[in-house]
Amino acid sequence: MSFDVHKIRKDFPILSQKINGKDLVYFDNAATTQKPQSVIDSLSSYYQTINANIHRGIHTLAEKATAEYELTREAIKNFLNAESAEQIIFTKGITDSINLVARSYGGVYLKTGDEVIISTMEHHSNIVPWQLICEEKGAILRVIPINESGEIIFEDYEKLLSEKTKIVAIVHASNALGTINPIKEIIKKAHRFGAVVLVDGAQAASHLEIDVQDLDADFYCLSSHKLYGPTGVGALYGKKSILEKMPPYQGGGEMISEVTFEKTTYNELPYKFEAGTPNIADTIALRKAIEYIQQIGKQAIATYEAQLLDYATKKLSEFEQVQLVGTAKEKVSVCSFVMHNIHPQDIGIILDTEGIAIRTGHHCTQPLMNRLGLVGTARASFAFYNTFEEIDKLTFGLKKVIKMLS
Amino acid sequence: MQTTEELKAELIENFSFLEDLDQKYEYVIELGKKLPMLDAQFKKDEFKIKGCQSTVWLIPEVAETTISFRADSDSVFVKGLISLLIYVSNNQPKDDVAKLNTDFIHQIGLGNYLSPTRSNGLVAMVKQMKLYAQ
Ligand SMILES: Cc1ncc(COP(=O)(O)O)c(C=O)c1O
Repeated sequence: MSFDVHKIRKDFPILSQKINGKDLVYFDNAATTQKPQSVIDSLSSYYQTINANIHRGIHTLAEKATAEYELTREAIKNFLNAESAEQIIFTKGITDSINLVARSYGGVYLKTGDEVIISTMEHHSNIVPWQLICEEKGAILRVIPINESGEIIFEDYEKLLSEKTKIVAIVHASNALGTINPIKEIIKKAHRFGAVVLVDGAQAASHLEIDVQDLDADFYCLSSHKLYGPTGVGALYGKKSILEKMPPYQGGGEMISEVTFEKTTYNELPYKFEAGTPNIADTIALRKAIEYIQQIGKQAIATYEAQLLDYATKKLSEFEQVQLVGTAKEKVSVCSFVMHNIHPQDIGIILDTEGIAIRTGHHCTQPLMNRLGLVGTARASFAFYNTFEEIDKLTFGLKKVIKMLS
Repeated sequence: MQTTEELKAELIENFSFLEDLDQKYEYVIELGKKLPMLDAQFKKDEFKIKGCQSTVWLIPEVAETTISFRADSDSVFVKGLISLLIYVSNNQPKDDVAKLNTDFIHQIGLGNYLSPTRSNGLVAMVKQMKLYAQ
């Protein structure tokens, strides 16, 4: 299929909106992506035609809903090139996936004096769950430093690794800087010391081809709402041998095999980790989002988004007052910047008057901002439905920012 | 001396001459730039109100029955809004400030910058102003 952005935009109804009398320019895709019509239709169609609780019913609707729900699991398995669908656990999102691993895996396998390694550029949701479990277990959190471009310093990572390292938890692509981390090498090194690696794929899965087997990842976390799917759904991929030896995370319905007051035996994978009635409608709609992405093709998406990033980088660099934050060699389409003597929040407020939605602030990466000596940045993040003309509007908007604020 | 309500009405009137959002924002930014910066000595934690994005420093000046404020922010826009809040509460009876209603910001046409879901530190600042006035 040839890449036609104007045709693609028609599939995203929200994009034709006016904001403050201007065409919406949606550059906040790293926070959440917009949804194609097929996803929106799937949600209402579910409630109109097959709504039923899944897995336990024997009536027709329950079977239909269950089948659709499991199709999404299958779709994610293919999307990540996982070995089997039972290794895909549905969660509420990345945060939930990481907490699951920290609690369930960390709860059993972390001992006093053990170490967990994360990086400086982690999102709070890949920091706090580890802090909590480390504190509880008397384990130590170690942090991989970054260089001025916003790349992890690999040699320092290697130095941190030791027999004490039990878990390495790292973001695949940084939401604040765009940096793509060398995940495959990171995993390879960690495995030499017998540590397991969890990858936060929030920002990577929508831009890059993901192959968990090729990466040899032990855990890989996905978030539907960053992938053109609904909010409140995510997935956790895990290696089967690891998932099998992990205890359940939450207790309740669905995750059990047999319950007596004396002892409960747990259901098999993946249900062992899926307590309670899940977010059925949104999970089903997520498959439509994945199909949409696959129909355009990750390769075509990556190529086009790289062009957008290059163009934006070039345009922003032309401003004397603008300083780009995050200039790694390998980046997803995230453009973070600061402006001389202008608070990021003020940039965002003025751009909003032009209908341009960007994100400003610390992007839930306060330790990273501290490391960079910034209170925050302004961040434009692009998706495949964005256009070069929209980047021109951003440039125009920034001229207005400068005119009004300096 | 004008009351808080009279001062609010005056602001609403002033802003009504500004035709579009751009002009209103420009005016707010102008006010923000004009509001004197606080000396470094006042920018300490006890006066700091932390928003998600910008920081506000608020210093009360309490007299027997009235109250005034000085304030600053690292965001010029927020500072402009602060200057409106300071203006309507300047030398006002504490009782009036304690029940300060900020709907006028909305009536001015500046949108919902003071709605409780905003994370800019202003909501917390208004709360703190009221506390000082009690
Ligand atoms: C890198 C990164 N990790 C984690 C998260 C949290 O994801 P979720 O909203 O699915 O919990 C985000 C999203 O803000 C993110 O960008």
